[in-house]
Amino acid sequence: MGRFLLPVVAVVALVIVLMIGLNREPSKIPSPFIDKPAPEFDLPSLSNPDARVGSASFAGQMVLVNIWATWCVGCREEHAFLNELRRQGAIPIYGINWRDNRESALRWLNELGNPYVASGFDADARVGIDWGAYGAPETFLISADGIVLHKHMGPLNPHIWQNDFMPMIALEGATK
Amino acid sequence: MTLRTRMACLLAVVSLLVGAPGVFAIDTGKPFDDPVLQARYESIIAEVRCLVCQNESIKDSNAFLASDLRREIRRMLEEGRTDGEIYDFLVDRYGEFVLYRPRASGKTLFLWIAPGLLLFGGAAQLARVVRRRMALPIGDDS
Repeated sequence: MGRFLLPVVAVVALVIVLMIGLNREPSKIPSPFIDKPAPEFDLPSLSNPDARVGSASFAGQMVLVNIWATWCVGCREEHAFLNELRRQGAIPIYGINWRDNRESALRWLNELGNPYVASGFDADARVGIDWGAYGAPETFLISADGIVLHKHMGPLNPHIWQNDFMPMIALEGATK
Repeated sequence: MTLRTRMACLLAVVSLLVGAPGVFAIDTGKPFDDPVLQARYESIIAEVRCLVCQNESIKDSNAFLASDLRREIRRMLEEGRTDGEIYDFLVDRYGEFVLYRPRASGKTLFLWIAPGLLLFGGAAQLARVVRRRMALPIGDDS
């Protein structure tokens, strides 16, 4: 009996490791920015090329930074929920309009509603790269001290908001 | 088919095979004037994973993210940054996963020592089995 124990334990351990591997989503890569200062940025405003939108716009506030584009299907999917967050006054949302075209982006906000306090226009994706963006939509929760508390890949929805964002927002509010 | 048409077909296929890689080259940027820079550029982009299509390097991928990253790497090389600085730039933003060959650090230590551990463990087990079998009387196969 004893001589079978080790192989059995080894096989069970291997199966568990492989099962965990199967259930992970390799397309969701942990952001290296969690618990670190959010990358600084300064972009022309989407709605007004002469104005600037960037880190300075929301210094001292807890905000969401949402990387979006009109070519991005998931962005359309989450848009109604972002509008809902704005309507509730849940948290200020700043947009980084990523690799997009100004006219289409403005038309999109006109037609679907504008959940953003302001959006920066990142046509050449320099800021997107600084934020480690690789697939919109990406949403970052930034603390009032400018620290990245959480990052969500893919469309936001009430369920994710409730489970992943709300507890962190509450915790952050409680420690202040 | 006559022999001549066969030969023509063969010639067409061979010329397609030979010509295709040039036609379908992903990186359409102008090569560097300096061959040393060009060689560094090519070796870096072959080491960087395209996160959108994770089994391709940014050298082989035509995803927009890959072309953005190639552009940034090109710019940094032109600015005279070292390979190490360029890899740091990428890892700071995309994490260690962006490199096909993660660098040895606390987080990736296990990745680097695992093959050695497995080899050592296997060898130790083999030695154990061989030693036990050698102790058995000859002719006893049990």
